[in-house]
Amino acid sequence: MWVEVLVIGIKLAVVLAALLTTVPIMVWVERRASALMQDRLGPNRVGPFGLFQPVVDAVKLITKEDLIPRDVSRFLFILAPVVALTVALSTFIAVPFGSDTGLELFGHAVRGFIVAPDLNIGVLYIFAIASLAVYATVLAGWASNNKYSLYGGIRASAQTISYELAMTISVVGVLMASSSLHLHQVVEAQTGTWLGVLPRWNVCTQLLGAITFMVAAFAETNRIPFDLPEAEAELVSGYLTEYSSMKYAAFFMGEYVHMTVASALMTVLFFGGWTLPWIDLAFAGWIGGLLSIGIFCAKVAFFLFFFVWVRWTLPRFRFDQLMALGWKVMIPLSVLNFLWVGFAIAAGIM
Amino acid sequence: MEFLVSNFEAILFYLVAALTVAAGVGVIALKNPVHSALSLLSTFLMVAVLFVVRHAEFLAAVQVLVYAGGIMVLFLFVIMLVNVKGVRPDAAFLTRWAPLAIAGGVLIGVLLALLVLLGVLATGTADTSALQSVDGQLAGNTEAVGITLYTTYLVPFEIVSVVLLVAMIAAIIFGRRDVALERPDGEARP
Repeated sequence: MWVEVLVIGIKLAVVLAALLTTVPIMVWVERRASALMQDRLGPNRVGPFGLFQPVVDAVKLITKEDLIPRDVSRFLFILAPVVALTVALSTFIAVPFGSDTGLELFGHAVRGFIVAPDLNIGVLYIFAIASLAVYATVLAGWASNNKYSLYGGIRASAQTISYELAMTISVVGVLMASSSLHLHQVVEAQTGTWLGVLPRWNVCTQLLGAITFMVAAFAETNRIPFDLPEAEAELVSGYLTEYSSMKYAAFFMGEYVHMTVASALMTVLFFGGWTLPWIDLAFAGWIGGLLSIGIFCAKVAFFLFFFVWVRWTLPRFRFDQLMALGWKVMIPLSVLNFLWVGFAIAAGIM
Repeated sequence: MEFLVSNFEAILFYLVAALTVAAGVGVIALKNPVHSALSLLSTFLMVAVLFVVRHAEFLAAVQVLVYAGGIMVLFLFVIMLVNVKGVRPDAAFLTRWAPLAIAGGVLIGVLLALLVLLGVLATGTADTSALQSVDGQLAGNTEAVGITLYTTYLVPFEIVSVVLLVAMIAAIIFGRRDVALERPDGEARP
């Protein structure tokens, strides 16, 4: 029993460390990539290629004065950043990072480094926990006792409700295709080919679902073009206005971890997880197992870059445009995808 | 230590149940509407934990997803949007309606206890393994809920969905004042 606890503890530590390391790397990528796209140099003074810039930023944030304004609702004001980071980090225990083959730790199969391998409601668990993330924004907005913050909080709740529907309906298609809530089996269902040529990834079999899911994921992570809760031009950074020092940093880290969660979900649900198209890695034993983790991380890294890419390409939506897109375009499209999957399964072509 | 390990589920149940009730009291006792809403949110989360203790993972996840992640967000949205002020300090917690409310609460409590008692008497067991398997075949909680819902309880399920649809349409009609106030000849009412 204690060996199992130890193995889970090690998995947890590795996953947590990897997630928290992603944050500074993504900050660096964000700043350098934006500089590249705008024909600037970006931060390149601290360390090789400016790689240590996030470290310096972190030191700056830690040493800043941690200000709590007098008229805030103190308990909720402090709770909000805690919720932001906790919720973001705890979604990751159901994500499978690699295939089942080969790897062992103290005689226990590592099983793709998934922290909770027996959680048979993986997809639902992730969506349930991720749906709580909005409370961080709403609480921060309300507790700050500042009208711009409050507007940010209200926008966040309206936006989340609107896009969560489209997101959930587009995932239903995936669940129908794999007939399981377990993320491991969702990936297993995407091996092989579809119609003889294409890889059986859900992005090929249900492109519409993949598109709606990705748009909804952008809205759920509050990234441009959907970052209306903070919208610095009209709301003076919205719910973040009153936050400083490490509390601000907690929100910041939460946003990047949410991006990583969304990228991992895109990979697992629509882009075949750790699988490669046309190639089965099972023959390679434990090397294949290691390789599958590498493939998964590469796909996640691509989607993380995609988030940055979109942010520095598109302008922000207006709020009415955001609502119209959510209710009049995204939800009908996701329902259409749902119908297509049902039809395809009934017709035997999926 | 031995006692703790062997009665782990029971201890966890009573602990979480007590917290659930405490959070439930908070919903009606707290003066600030946002605090009440958050208290209700923690009640929902605690109930989800109770589901997990009884191995009903699907119900737990759906409880969090629908109630905590959907409905409570909507509540908070409305409370924040119309900026409900807190209860005035002079409005006492126990008003003249208190005896009636207490009587109603006790009545509901007694009826619920009777229901559970009758259920136990009828089946001869307080076992909840029906949540995990159908006809003795071991399946997950998701499968059990799905199969039960679409076979045994198909008609009630369909009726509930129609009722919900009616409620939704009614809400839309009430919400769209311009349509509701328009006469058939197209002229707006004064």
